[in-house]
Amino acid sequence: MSSTETSPRPKDIAAEKGMVNVQIDGHWIQVPRGTRMIEACKIAEKEVPHYCYHPKLSSPGNCRMCMVQMGMPPRPAPGADPAYQDDGYQEISWMPRPVIACANTVAENMGIRTNTDAIKKSRENVLEFLLINHPLDCPICDKAGECRLQEFSVEHGQGESRFKEDKVKKPKNVKIGPRITLDDERCIMCSRCIRFMDEVAHEPVLGFSDRGTHTTVGVYPGRELSNNYGLNTVDLCPVGALTSNDFRFKMRTWFLKETPSIDTHCGTGTNISIWTRGNKIFRITPRQNDDVNSCWMPDSHRLSYSCPTDETRLTAPLIKADGIHEETCWNQSIRGAADALKQFDPSEIAVIASGRQTNEELLMMRTLAAELETEQIGIVSRLQESDDMLISSDRNPNTTGAKLVLASDDPGASLCHILGNIRDGKTKALVVASEDLLEAASFTEDDLRALELLIVIDHQTSATAQAADMVLPGAAPAEKRGSMVNVTGRLQKLNAACVPPGDARSDWEIITDLILALSGDAPHEGPGSIDAVFETLANTVDEFQEIKLASIPDLGQVITETGVTIPLVERENQRRANGEIVG
Amino acid sequence: METTSTFPPFVITAEIDAEADKRIAQYPDDKKRSAVLPLLHIIQHQFGFINKEATEWIAGKLGLEPMQVFEVVSFYPGFRESAPGKYHFRICRTLSCAMAGSAELMERICELTGIDRSNSDSHHNPVAVSPCGQWSVEYAECLASCGTGPVCLVNDDFHEAVAPEKAEALLNQYKG
Repeated sequence: MSSTETSPRPKDIAAEKGMVNVQIDGHWIQVPRGTRMIEACKIAEKEVPHYCYHPKLSSPGNCRMCMVQMGMPPRPAPGADPAYQDDGYQEISWMPRPVIACANTVAENMGIRTNTDAIKKSRENVLEFLLINHPLDCPICDKAGECRLQEFSVEHGQGESRFKEDKVKKPKNVKIGPRITLDDERCIMCSRCIRFMDEVAHEPVLGFSDRGTHTTVGVYPGRELSNNYGLNTVDLCPVGALTSNDFRFKMRTWFLKETPSIDTHCGTGTNISIWTRGNKIFRITPRQNDDVNSCWMPDSHRLSYSCPTDETRLTAPLIKADGIHEETCWNQSIRGAADALKQFDPSEIAVIASGRQTNEELLMMRTLAAELETEQIGIVSRLQESDDMLISSDRNPNTTGAKLVLASDDPGASLCHILGNIRDGKTKALVVASEDLLEAASFTEDDLRALELLIVIDHQTSATAQAADMVLPGAAPAEKRGSMVNVTGRLQKLNAACVPPGDARSDWEIITDLILALSGDAPHEGPGSIDAVFETLANTVDEFQEIKLASIPDLGQVITETGVTIPLVERENQRRANGEIVG
Repeated sequence: METTSTFPPFVITAEIDAEADKRIAQYPDDKKRSAVLPLLHIIQHQFGFINKEATEWIAGKLGLEPMQVFEVVSFYPGFRESAPGKYHFRICRTLSCAMAGSAELMERICELTGIDRSNSDSHHNPVAVSPCGQWSVEYAECLASCGTGPVCLVNDDFHEAVAPEKAEALLNQYKG
């Protein structure tokens, strides 16, 4: 008699929690009912190599790399009860043939073996087949260093091939779109790119033509992969078949440093990784955050990064003399700016902050306005069409943060008032941060000329900077540490991937120095670090209470409810609920 | 060498369009894609092959990207992407027929019709057409009559035990 007759069996304990018991390589674990075998193995920290499987896409099971051995309890004879062992589990009868782990779900008392001789042989054979036609051009392939074929060949391959070196030649260096190049002979037919374009981007321009060893991925003649989400296929490609024109032949991946940050081109706040070498950005890739951008990002945002090495970067403080900007030092420029501002009555000064600024910079702008005793402070609104995917209709990355920090439901509303005052001659001095008023707002060159004093804090030259009396060079988004709040109310962190070029500095430092110069306080009176600025924010704005900048999680945290949703994420949640995808 | 096509130019008539609609209607609205095979058969039967225009027309009918139709066209060797002759020979070359002389049969038919197969390969360009456009040949995989090899299809007619010496008689059935 088994001891389990008096106590609940493992299957009953698991069932109460909606779980099932699965034995993986000899160890029993509990996983949620409906979990795919490959995900159960991941939970058990057992590696199951795979190419075509991706948790955000359907599972076609066409690469055969994730084969595992599976077993189930034997079916009892008619009229007989299932037999349980002393440990409360049933015996497992192992199936002679392997199964794919990506498309099969677990069941109660299922057994999975990931490392038997047969499974190892199966992986060796799959790799041997994959390498029949794959060119050995790793020395010139952009994927080298992060190529799953390289990695699995080392970990699971047999190191030799029984096939003669007579590879099928396929198209090479094919421009399948404005931003993507295809080297067809490297393709291992995992179909991830095809499924992404069909299921996520909803523009199924990619497909397989021909059969068997001649199968070729590509676009239909006359069509191209020009979708604004196309570069995600490059991230998805496990080998070097699809490469980004922007990154192709630029840098070996093992030289790159990865910095987690967020995209600042719209209010979604897509999570990104910035890849740098030295002080140069080589590529931007999306970072998985299922509440913000899943695993994807739009091409337009991915490719719109500015490097410290760009020619348009401002690298030194500038003061206009006789109509010409001349370089100066920080002390002189800050003192000059403070002295110039002191010449005006507070009612004659306005401050234009930016929805592109971090919360910390916005706080300092608010403090600057308070120091100048002006109530004229606002931001430039950037409302456009949403693409119904990841690009928000709010093209400012931090409008939500601006609302919280500036304590205004519509911080963009005061811009019209400021412009009206400039045109009426009431406002004579203007401090602008991170904005080109001629490009983004309704300002004209005459409006800027009407000002007696224009001070610009920005990282890139612009028409507004050209018109400014003083230009204070700040940091680009990739050079900043700080925080922003996205359209859904999630507080997220930016991290500095590189340092500002030349004499350029972080914006919060510039504004702090300007405030100290205006107030006459000693330098130690101001915040000594951005963490201290955030601490002030936490003490003054309710939503930031008890939060420290350093403790904001990599995936952010919700601090306010806005009611705004991200269409792509909503659709993905629906697909997950329908069981179409796993992750 | 230039060949003359004996097939009509690609013009979708009201009858073809109606036939296509009838086939599409057999499938549920959300499964219209399933009609891609019957539509390809209709087009190939009518025009002899499936060109770019036809692929795009079918894609338009079914609300698909042309690539999704081309995937099917290029997968099945039964679908042709270039014009065959008026009489198209598909000669089985799988084991039984090969041993019974299908290669010799192919050689003999080419000799009698003036077909040059030097530019044909088994995968990307399997069909070779005679200069007059009347005849074309290609190899086929098993036509399911291994006991009576060599076998071949001429358009939709099935012929068994076609020894090379019977090639001329076979051609004469279709001449004139």
